[in-house]
Amino acid sequence: METLKEQKTAQKTKKSIKISGAEAIIHCLLAEGVDLLYGYPGGAIMPVYDELYKFQDKLTHILTRHEQGAAHAAQGYARVSGRVGVAMATSGPGATNLVTGLADAQIDSTPLVCITGQVTRELLGSDAFQETDIIGISTPVTKWNYQVTKASEIPEIMAKAFYIAKSGRPGPVLVDITKNAQFDELDFSYTPCTGVRSYKPAPTPDIESLKQAADLINSAKKPFIVWGQGVILGKAEQELKELVEKAGIPAAWTIMGASALDSEHPLNVGMVGMHGNYGPNLLTNQCDVLIAIGMRFDDRVTGRLEDYATQAKVIHFEIDPAEVNKNVHADVAVLGNSKETLGLILPMINSKSHESWHNIFKEKYQIEYDTVIKNDIHPTKEGLTMGEVIEEINLASDQKAVIVTDVGQHQMIGCRYAKFKESKSNITSGGLGTMGFALPAAIGAKMGAMDREVVAIIGDGGYQMTIQELGVIFQHNIPVKIVVLNNDHLGMVRQWQELFFDRRYASTVMTNPDFVKIAEGYHIESKRVSERKDLKSTIQYMMASKNPFFLEVKVEKEDNVFPMIPSGAAVSEIRLK
Amino acid sequence: MKKEWFTISVYSENNVGLLNRISGIFLKRHINIESLNVSKSEIDNVSKFTIVVYTTEKWVRNIVGQIEKQIEVIKAFYHTDDETIYQESALFKIASNLLFDERQIQNIIKESNSQIVTVSREFFILAKSGRRYEIDEMYEQFKPFGIMQFVRSGRISVTKDEMQISTLLKEFQHN
Repeated sequence: METLKEQKTAQKTKKSIKISGAEAIIHCLLAEGVDLLYGYPGGAIMPVYDELYKFQDKLTHILTRHEQGAAHAAQGYARVSGRVGVAMATSGPGATNLVTGLADAQIDSTPLVCITGQVTRELLGSDAFQETDIIGISTPVTKWNYQVTKASEIPEIMAKAFYIAKSGRPGPVLVDITKNAQFDELDFSYTPCTGVRSYKPAPTPDIESLKQAADLINSAKKPFIVWGQGVILGKAEQELKELVEKAGIPAAWTIMGASALDSEHPLNVGMVGMHGNYGPNLLTNQCDVLIAIGMRFDDRVTGRLEDYATQAKVIHFEIDPAEVNKNVHADVAVLGNSKETLGLILPMINSKSHESWHNIFKEKYQIEYDTVIKNDIHPTKEGLTMGEVIEEINLASDQKAVIVTDVGQHQMIGCRYAKFKESKSNITSGGLGTMGFALPAAIGAKMGAMDREVVAIIGDGGYQMTIQELGVIFQHNIPVKIVVLNNDHLGMVRQWQELFFDRRYASTVMTNPDFVKIAEGYHIESKRVSERKDLKSTIQYMMASKNPFFLEVKVEKEDNVFPMIPSGAAVSEIRLK
Repeated sequence: MKKEWFTISVYSENNVGLLNRISGIFLKRHINIESLNVSKSEIDNVSKFTIVVYTTEKWVRNIVGQIEKQIEVIKAFYHTDDETIYQESALFKIASNLLFDERQIQNIIKESNSQIVTVSREFFILAKSGRRYEIDEMYEQFKPFGIMQFVRSGRISVTKDEMQISTLLKEFQHN
């Protein structure tokens, strides 16, 4: 505490300098360690772009081809690096184009700072050119937002923005800055924010609830762990592994939690949720203690709530008090940062194994393997499956690649079959289900982890929602691998139409362009695979490339993703076909 | 779960966008705000929202959780009517001639414990504070004679239990 105070005073006494608001924004970004941002210029943000021009040796700005691309790229960067992603746009349409990215980041707890230009203070409320109430529009989809109308506010608000975005349960923050505040001068000095008096980022763990949780875990006969992204955001991967191993508990993950524990860890029993694995879904309704760690019981995870784990005592490790008892009643809630709470509970946990219980998961896996998995990844039919493509990528990348998926069938298949050895490797739009997420997010992911392979797996529908970002990959030679699994349909909607709408394929059949030619137009090396005999060698060739690469795989048009918990069904009603 | 009346009290920073943020939480869940009052509180520079909703306890708990996690919100509580002392205020504008022509009017004024705020040639204004049913009763009594204007405020309430906002604020500052 004392040192913190001293630091504060030291920083405060630093001599301030007189600069423009626009320049101050750049200094704030630099002070927060930002060296990369995504954006798109326009009238109301031009003073800041003028400063970006002067500071381009310190701060790389990537011009995306649409502001939505900037937001998703910043998300991809944040998710893979654990740092705050930054996106910038002008007022009006520039700002509204960020909204999908903000909503995605809000529901998936991704730390973003988005800066938008705004018309000058005097014009606010006059329906000026490119004026929009982005504060009003973005309020429900941001953790915090603020409109700066005076240059002098910039340092404090920017510091607060970064602090709020990354602390506690992370999320997107939008700072809207009027043009006069960018032009006007201020006495600049920067003090990083260390606290906001009305905001407590993470609750302090309560020893009593930790003890209760430990007692329940120690006395459980059929305990089951379901972890979510909270483990990754809390950097608690090691603690999770220790808990799983010490207590000998089978553990499954939500889509957002994927990669926090090695896919091949013996106690990793797979994914829960609508298209998750058979065993973990079915056995959710047979376990006696359900230990939920950093997850929020999304409806895609729980199925019908009234029949979700009603037999089990539920322990909920959670950083956000508002998530506790929101959907599923917690018998014991352990509030706090997952690294801290798991670290505290570990010494209270008895070493154990639950072999016969774990064996039931293995039996269920075998059933799923025989009916679903085998046919997905080692098909005997003629047409190519999405599953075998993912399996080839696993092999060619030695399970070390960052896999970025879009939304739909390929996403479910990608998340089901991609194997991970490292955390922060599964980047997908989990909560919002944003088609068009993957291509820009892959750009951000690659720039956030230049030493890692990044493979974007995208359907033919979602790909065309943000296809223009190929321009960024080309211009900056960003070596991402783009794999479009083309079934000439909006596959997931088509699957639902087949199963629940008597095969009435309303607007789900796509007549697609020549994707290879499009990529070639951007001077990206491209290949198309339509036959199994070419798949392995082409994927190996792609993975060996040091440059951006586009691969289109023509897959079976009317394959379905199974297992599946139909909408409104219980997890135990999971269907294998 | 049965629906009942709840009073939500929100202590917050005085921030220009916060009302929008809070009302959005109700909007998103399709829950109607029955009454809303924003004022200063017992602590300097801390605002207090008093929001009345008719919903289930499950929903009110959910809403309070969502409100409380807004950055500028210091603390939010919910209470049932039994746990609070609450009132509303109303103003009645009535034609002055009635005061002399209708004996009944003077009786209503006396019995309702309301105050005459001002009297002019054309109209007089009555102010009444109390429970909603008392104001409703008074309204019904005046109605046959004609009410020129009527307005009722949102509920204001204080809890019977202590709300330790000052302690909380000190804790926040300490962290």
